[in-house]
Amino acid sequence: MELLIKNGFVYDPINGVNGEKMDIAVKDGKIVERVNERKARKVDASGMVVMPGGVDIHCHIAGSEVNTGRLLRPEDHFRDFERKTSITRSGVGHSIPSTFTTGYRYARMGYTTIMNPSMPPLEAKHTHEELSDTPMVDKASYPLLGDWWLVLEYLRDNEIEECARHIAWIMTSTKGYAIKIVNPGGLEAWGFGNNVHSLDDQVPHFRITPREIIRGLCKVNRLLNLPHTIHVHTNNLGQPGNYITALETMECVRDLASDNKPAIHVTHSQFSAFKGDDWRTLDSGAENIANYVNCHSHVTLDMGQVIFTDTTTMTADGPFQFGLHRLTGNKWVNHDVETETSAGIVPFRYRRKSFVHSIQWSIGLELALLIVDPWKIFMTTDHPNAGPFTYYPKIIAWLMSKKARGATLKRINPRAGSRSLLTSIDRELGFYEIAIMTRAGQAKALGLKSKGHLGTGADADIAIYNVNPETVDPSRKYKTVRRAFKRAGYTIKGGKLVVKNGEILKHVEGATMWLDVQTSEPVKISDEMKRKFREYWTVEYENYPVTENYLKISNPINVKASV
Amino acid sequence: MPVVKAVTCPVCGCLCDDIELRVENGKIVKVKNGCAMCESKFLGYNSEHRFLKPLVRKNGKLVKASLSEATKRAAEILAEANYPVLYGWSSTNCEAIRVGLELAEEVGGVIDNTSTVCHGPSILSIQDVGISSCTLGQIRHRADLVIYWGSNPWSAHPRHIERYTAFSEGRFEKSAWRGYLTKIKASIVKKKIESAIRRVFFKQKPSLLPLLRRKPPPAIWKEGRKLIVIDVRRTRSAEIADYFIQVEPNKDYELLQTFRALIQNQEIEIDEVAGVPVEYLEEVADVMIRCNFGILFFGLGLTMSKGKLRNIDAALSLTRDLNMRTKFVIMPMRGHFNVTGANTVFTWQTGYPYAVDFSLGYPQYNPGETSVVDILLRKESDAALIVASDPVANFPRIAVEHLVKNPLIVIDPHMNATAQMADVVFPSAFVGIEASGTAYRMDHVPLPLKKVVEPPRGVLPDEEILRRILSEVRKIRKRKQAEAS
Repeated sequence: MELLIKNGFVYDPINGVNGEKMDIAVKDGKIVERVNERKARKVDASGMVVMPGGVDIHCHIAGSEVNTGRLLRPEDHFRDFERKTSITRSGVGHSIPSTFTTGYRYARMGYTTIMNPSMPPLEAKHTHEELSDTPMVDKASYPLLGDWWLVLEYLRDNEIEECARHIAWIMTSTKGYAIKIVNPGGLEAWGFGNNVHSLDDQVPHFRITPREIIRGLCKVNRLLNLPHTIHVHTNNLGQPGNYITALETMECVRDLASDNKPAIHVTHSQFSAFKGDDWRTLDSGAENIANYVNCHSHVTLDMGQVIFTDTTTMTADGPFQFGLHRLTGNKWVNHDVETETSAGIVPFRYRRKSFVHSIQWSIGLELALLIVDPWKIFMTTDHPNAGPFTYYPKIIAWLMSKKARGATLKRINPRAGSRSLLTSIDRELGFYEIAIMTRAGQAKALGLKSKGHLGTGADADIAIYNVNPETVDPSRKYKTVRRAFKRAGYTIKGGKLVVKNGEILKHVEGATMWLDVQTSEPVKISDEMKRKFREYWTVEYENYPVTENYLKISNPINVKASV
Repeated sequence: MPVVKAVTCPVCGCLCDDIELRVENGKIVKVKNGCAMCESKFLGYNSEHRFLKPLVRKNGKLVKASLSEATKRAAEILAEANYPVLYGWSSTNCEAIRVGLELAEEVGGVIDNTSTVCHGPSILSIQDVGISSCTLGQIRHRADLVIYWGSNPWSAHPRHIERYTAFSEGRFEKSAWRGYLTKIKASIVKKKIESAIRRVFFKQKPSLLPLLRRKPPPAIWKEGRKLIVIDVRRTRSAEIADYFIQVEPNKDYELLQTFRALIQNQEIEIDEVAGVPVEYLEEVADVMIRCNFGILFFGLGLTMSKGKLRNIDAALSLTRDLNMRTKFVIMPMRGHFNVTGANTVFTWQTGYPYAVDFSLGYPQYNPGETSVVDILLRKESDAALIVASDPVANFPRIAVEHLVKNPLIVIDPHMNATAQMADVVFPSAFVGIEASGTAYRMDHVPLPLKKVVEPPRGVLPDEEILRRILSEVRKIRKRKQAEAS
């Protein structure tokens, strides 16, 4: 099928296209130079913004913890439901929508590629089963490797290459995409109810420190030539004063970076940018982090922007979630996974009138606005931890308009409002920068060659928003912009028109991307390893890997490792 | 002869995946590593109760029919019904459950799984309190205190203790197997002495035992792993435990709340709770606090005795409270091999784990209203599809009466009681023996089920049968829509 998108204002930052009026041609799911104008179906995008389909680098949409969150919170679903139609399946959920609804809601906002950031390797089949039931978007998942016993042992013994070969095996057998590290060392300690508190704390029973884990895995990442960097959720997350830990984490891999390429991605950085000694003296550490990021090229971040609403927090950071349960008294789920990781879930409401929540709200936006280079910071809410992904249009409005920020600033906790740096920040982002923070930058950081841009040969994932950059000033008319991003004029997925005016036209399945990491010699699992496997896990080695039949559409990406 | 290794056993929630099967001439002839239940399933699944042809009721009698005829009849029943119930699902694979949910949505019915009559109350309490849990390997490596409450793993989950808890060998905790052997030897000696005494004094039973039981047992202070069993009767599991607490029937709630009070250092000013002296309970509460990693497994003895979800509420709260002092987790002992999977798939597709009502076109959930037994008791449904379950044999009589009064479709490998009352019966392949797929262990770990032997000719897996019914239903509905317009 051929498509021709005519007369849109195209924002394609990877190819340097900034709001030029041009046509985009699509053939067989790819973007091409030109199509037969008479034959092709035409999409009239005049007076609209054309961007590559949105890319989300970090949002929890599938897997055991997300699903336990759904089970835990019927009250989240009762008021937010979608009926079955002749095209779409039904579903429920405000902060943790069921799988089909998740796919539809992303597509309605013009998003087409989603990264699910925490997958316990033992339960990877579950994650992939859910991802297969998530339509409309391409997706991938990051296995949690920061507290994997074998990794800890290899790194302790300084066997980096051996460790790399194993991670190559685990990446392929869990159908994963990047190395995810959550509170390194802390999750292993949580096995007995403890935690680690700094980069140089010893992990109990393992004689290794979080610093060594992060550095080791960063080296492994380089040896394997993985497309994304290590994806790190820092130690001490959500604790006052933790911006120092975040700075130390970024600094500890500085020497491992080369050619100005990023070496570390610090995720939902808002939660790692708290200054102050306790909750009463909490302050924003955004300025310090932004200063560091502005001076160094080896770091990328995403926001983790807080939204004032009812949501469900869920991370692999078991001790953090327990702390949150003690703080709020809300119901709490803990789920430790043998030899690998842990997870926790606590429902949470961010309140405008709360001092702490207002400071958090401010930190996210300060980070996004104080970091000069939009290729280094991406827009997320760490869905659903700081708020559901459906609020992205609201964040876009805050980033594009000082007036929009002012309107919210007026309504937040006054003490937090007076401390916020936002009053002194005049920066307002344009569509070009928004396109970087919501798709181009994320695709680049993820190493997705055919996503996030509209050059010839790219996947035909395109979002068209009904807002005219020539007539609408986003700074003043931020509500128009918000509406436009909430309901895409058109979403095109794989060359097919799937959304029109925010309504689903067609149910399509997305592919699951995974890394087929090729080492110089194929990884052999020795008998010694199989014996170890039996000791460490309660499942047989043969039943551990995820076979390709768990992926509805499999999209392996070949990676040639240097080991 | 080929030996198939690493087969997952499709019997109980343990989902042991180290079974080795020897296959000869397309038949399983030997089972290695399995428990008695596992062996009897793999060796005896082709019993006389198996039927191989679809059956359709004509003139009051079930007669053999072709697959397409049965599919058409089943689809008509479901397409015509206003409020059908689709029930079962816990003994089939996740792939079939996914199709089942699509079918339920298509026909606007109620879909419910067997947890509605087993761990349904546990789920309701989890939704109130939350749950601190983990995978079973975590218990193998770390737990130094294992409590079974209202469950009898030695008989119902025979390899649970050996594979995952007290008798398994972990990284930080050693197996308590040797201690158990010593104990068996001691008990044999004790029995010999007792019988000698009996023979000498011609008495029925010596009165030594109750005295022994009254004393705080030294076993509770032993080093290493401890096993506590709490139950209304002295089960086989209780025999091997380091400490057995015999709770009076329907007094579990009192006992749980007493533990909650005790671990918060409150004084109990009575002598006995649920038939157990408070001083013993104090000792046990102390053990709970002093452990490094404790686990409480609970079974239907807790969920289905008096108090139901309130019992679980108290148990979940107890573990939550214990986490303020040490590390403690809790886990329901799930029965059917894929009941956890049924809850899981239901939840990701509809947001709710069981009792999901699609009659308004979107998922609704209100157990007590949308749960299948209650619908049947209110006589609201007008057709039913039962997959891999036998409600006629174990639902309340009035519910069964209503179930069989309306058109009834059954998909099952066996001619069970429900199938005999049905209007359409499909024979299906045994999941995990004749059909592959996925199942979830009681701790939410997904495991692949293997196809070890071919099913009999013409017998399809549940998933395939459901797919055919679904496409037939869609055809009928399309035809109707065309007629209406």
